[in-house]
Amino acid sequence: MGRTLLSVALDFDLMFSRAYRAAITLPPLLWVAVFLLVPYLILFCYSFWSVSASQEIVHSWTQDNYRQLLQVNVYWHTLLRSMWIAARVMIFSLLLGYPLAYYLSFHARKKELLYQLVIIPLWVSYLVRAYAWKTILGSDGVLNTLLQYVHLTRHPLDFLLYSPFAVVLTLTHIYTPFTFLPIYAALEHIPRNLVEASHDLGASPFQTFWRVIFPLSIPGVLAGATFAFVLSLGDFLAPLLLGGPSGIMISNIVVSLFGAAYNWPLGAAISFCMLALVLALLFLSESLEKKWSFR
Amino acid sequence: MSRERTVPTSRWLPAHAIVVFGFLYLPIVTLIVYSFNGSGVGGFPPRDLTLNWYRLLFADDAIWTSVLNSLLVALAAMAISLSFGIPAALALDRANFPGKALFRRLVLLPLILPGIITGLSLLMLFREADVKLSLLTIVLGHGTALISVATTEVFAGLQKLDRAQEEASLDLGANYWQTFWRVTLPNLRLSIIGAALLIFTLSMDEIAVSFFLIGRDNTLPLEIWGRLRRGITPEINAISTIIFIFSLAAIVTWYRLRAGSEAQTDAGF
Repeated sequence: MGRTLLSVALDFDLMFSRAYRAAITLPPLLWVAVFLLVPYLILFCYSFWSVSASQEIVHSWTQDNYRQLLQVNVYWHTLLRSMWIAARVMIFSLLLGYPLAYYLSFHARKKELLYQLVIIPLWVSYLVRAYAWKTILGSDGVLNTLLQYVHLTRHPLDFLLYSPFAVVLTLTHIYTPFTFLPIYAALEHIPRNLVEASHDLGASPFQTFWRVIFPLSIPGVLAGATFAFVLSLGDFLAPLLLGGPSGIMISNIVVSLFGAAYNWPLGAAISFCMLALVLALLFLSESLEKKWSFR
Repeated sequence: MSRERTVPTSRWLPAHAIVVFGFLYLPIVTLIVYSFNGSGVGGFPPRDLTLNWYRLLFADDAIWTSVLNSLLVALAAMAISLSFGIPAALALDRANFPGKALFRRLVLLPLILPGIITGLSLLMLFREADVKLSLLTIVLGHGTALISVATTEVFAGLQKLDRAQEEASLDLGANYWQTFWRVTLPNLRLSIIGAALLIFTLSMDEIAVSFFLIGRDNTLPLEIWGRLRRGITPEINAISTIIFIFSLAAIVTWYRLRAGSEAQTDAGF
């Protein structure tokens, strides 16, 4: 296999020898094959295996797992709920991230400093921030005791924690900087003379925004939206910590299938569906991005 | 030139920015404030200022063992990701081979894929290969997933690299190996340090992949996770506050380093 790789590698770039190119290509290629490609293939195989009554993995092909996914409503409902949670996280992250990115890129005076201020929360552990929200939202948490302290409420509001609301809030908090980053990068790359030209040709600021700035920022919006949606779709820690029974997401089912419920093949089937969904979304956002980028 | 008249502006924009920053920093501030709160987490206003939780924390051996484990894992993962990520970036930049497009996608996939999928597929690999779960399996997981970070950072560095220097080195009789060590690598220094710092922090904080690959020894996030399931304690606030301060120090160092080196290159030209 190595030999065919090498012979095709020839003639690409005369500056570097064959041996050099083999030395930089083969090690990462092999590592990635063993630790990324093979595991995904095993995931695929597992999703067609089953578990025997004696809790052994049966390595023979069956479509039962997928049939079960289609027939059992709870999987569908949880997947749809997860997508709805992820969609809300995506929308709120965009609503928070886009105007902020626009403000920083076009108006703010100390944009370098403000940019760093958006990044810094990313350096605080994901888990710890989710936990901090738990201490804020709990029935004897910071927010409820504050509300009672200032006599706005008499009893703790119990919808705050252990609800889809808490999950959406926490995930929005976590993915807003991720959404902000690509949008800000896209806005920063817009040549400012385009904006000047639009102004000189008589466009109002509003027209300039909708006709020039916004279309040019769409690739950034797509990248940020994909990040927020995909990563929150697969999250299982925030729902476990803050979601309660009504905030369970699809990954929580997978976790329990790989744990106490002990049905790895069924868990693998769900994971594989998630993988396929994610790849489809990436493909979609990439082709949309191509359509909207001007190069 | 006044930008204010060419693009839309509004008093609401800075107000919106303040709200977003408030939202981003509220949990962090809460975390730090309540690490000094004598009556535990929650309850407003905070009262009984104390360092007791820090005292408890420093006497807590399980936490410090897990911190040590996390440091080891992060260093080892850094070594793996860099030693495969740097060549991967070079390969994407200057070699052509069948499956290159697939390779690029595969390497970058863990960046965008939910950690649970990476974690589970590696778990199944290790089970089929009869590998016992331990810190080593976590290292392999982190190392593999974070090759993506090393590759993107170094590839970005390569795009800015002037090939003429490497060409000159080769023309002057250095072999590829010497050129790589003496010209290519030093020129990529900043990208590599940046990648290393990023990989280190991401690994220290990683939980979704570790969750499935954990053996008997806990990493710090998993130790914290275990305690959170049992109930909330201000000790967690205390350790988080300490980590936050360390991270801030790391960011500041990194920017000093970069600013210093940029000033140097500016002076050199």
